[in-house]
Amino acid sequence: MEAGHEGPGTKALTWIIEAIVRVIIEKVSKTYVDTAGENTEALRDINLCNEENEFLVVVGPSGCGKSTLLNIVAGLLPATSGRVVFDGIPDNSRPHTAVVFQEFALFPWRTVERNVVYGPEERGLSRQERQKLTRHYIELVGLTGFEKKYPHQLSGGMKQRVSIARALANDPWLLLMDEPFSALDAQTRTIMQGELSHIYEKTQKSVLYITHNIQEAVFLGDRVVVLSRRPGRLQEIITIDLPRPRHEHIVMEPKFLSYVDQIWEHIRDQAKAALVEENP
Amino acid sequence: MTKEVQLQAETVVHDKTVFMVRQEHRMLSLVSMLGILGVWELIARLGFVSPLFLPAPSAVIITGYKMALSGEIFRHIGASLWRIFWGFSCAAIVGTLVGILLGFFSIAESIGNPIIASTYPIPKIAILPLLILWLGIGEYSKITVIGLGVFFPMVINVYTGVRNADPVLIKAAISLGSNRRRIIYKVILPSALPMIFAGLKLGIGIALLLVVAAEMIAADAGIGFMILTSADLMQTTKIMFGISLLSMLGLIFSWLIDKLEKLCIPWKK
Repeated sequence: MEAGHEGPGTKALTWIIEAIVRVIIEKVSKTYVDTAGENTEALRDINLCNEENEFLVVVGPSGCGKSTLLNIVAGLLPATSGRVVFDGIPDNSRPHTAVVFQEFALFPWRTVERNVVYGPEERGLSRQERQKLTRHYIELVGLTGFEKKYPHQLSGGMKQRVSIARALANDPWLLLMDEPFSALDAQTRTIMQGELSHIYEKTQKSVLYITHNIQEAVFLGDRVVVLSRRPGRLQEIITIDLPRPRHEHIVMEPKFLSYVDQIWEHIRDQAKAALVEENP
Repeated sequence: MTKEVQLQAETVVHDKTVFMVRQEHRMLSLVSMLGILGVWELIARLGFVSPLFLPAPSAVIITGYKMALSGEIFRHIGASLWRIFWGFSCAAIVGTLVGILLGFFSIAESIGNPIIASTYPIPKIAILPLLILWLGIGEYSKITVIGLGVFFPMVINVYTGVRNADPVLIKAAISLGSNRRRIIYKVILPSALPMIFAGLKLGIGIALLLVVAAEMIAADAGIGFMILTSADLMQTTKIMFGISLLSMLGLIFSWLIDKLEKLCIPWKK
């Protein structure tokens, strides 16, 4: 799985050997019905395909149903119509996806390492395998030395690292991230974005990433999907043609800024409209 | 570069929250306790009040010492503790299980909630005569009445704890591959632990109350029995010693539960 370091040639070779896993989101719509029988249309006819090893980012103004979309893909919410298909998965021994939540969602009664080992535990892996995986992923996210700490003893950034390690330790075909850094302060967020980019380049996981932060979307994504305001519809898909590995300084480059500007053009009016809209 | 500025009308800013700072008066707590006992002792010694109504603290202590020497008091403490132990521990276990069932399964909730809501307000001691009729005058009726008293706060607390389990933690567990059964004991149960302990703390107070009440109605041993018979014999020092014993038991129980809680919930700040 060294594909990421060797460039596109070897990457293509890996594909042939390992079979390509694609995630196809097919005409997915979602309408919430509340207890009073009131309908709220959150998503309408979303068609998307997440290619193997692709970092796909979904942006949109608040209330565009981006989190709804992620929850549907995670199997945590039923779609009203349409379907999500995982194509090419060779075995069903583990969950297809793993979610990194905005609220971290760490188990407060488990230490860092016991949080990370949760998925492998549920898969019934042997003790040695579990230990190996835990050590590997704790090291990958830079948490070595914090194994025995409880979540409440960690800062927000550290908590989210645990959450990322926990998701990766289950070796999902698709990593789902629901605004993972929006609860962090701006400086921590910048650092975490860099680290995530690095982790992605190292692990070559497919990622579906939800955010409302345009800079973050451009910095992280291979493609950025822009959703419109409620009901969320697919507005634009922009391929981010920036070289990897991406470093912090890339945010100063004209090409980066023009992507940001381009996406902002799509969202601005919608975001303004969302601002004055009543909260549902 | 510094520049001298001529001050005109100076107004220095003071901390306006000074009076909000809470100080600890540890010595004062101790001194006042001893002071009350001292005044009490003095009043009794000087004979202002008949020792039949208000015996001196020292007399109460001496009575307790004598009862300990003769072993009489241990028979009563043992009887009360035995009843509390069985009533409390059975109800704690059953109450926790029922609370989890009600909190997790909608069918159990629909059946159980109205039953609990309608039986909860009954003062449990009122059921004791019925229990004596059913289970006899022996230990079972007393243990059962204590159990009933502990059961309700347990069920209600555990139920609340289960219902308030953070949905995002349940989602996280699902996304990591947990099924329903495993979620109950890997997520729901630890989430509810703080509430389980809140129930235990409430329950132990009720257990102490009910054991005394039950022993005053029908028993041949126990602290409640001892207090009642001492009253019949006008042995005021024994009554007061019995009451102080109950106070000490209450303190010891809550201390033990606190310790157990710290042991079981190491992640709590």
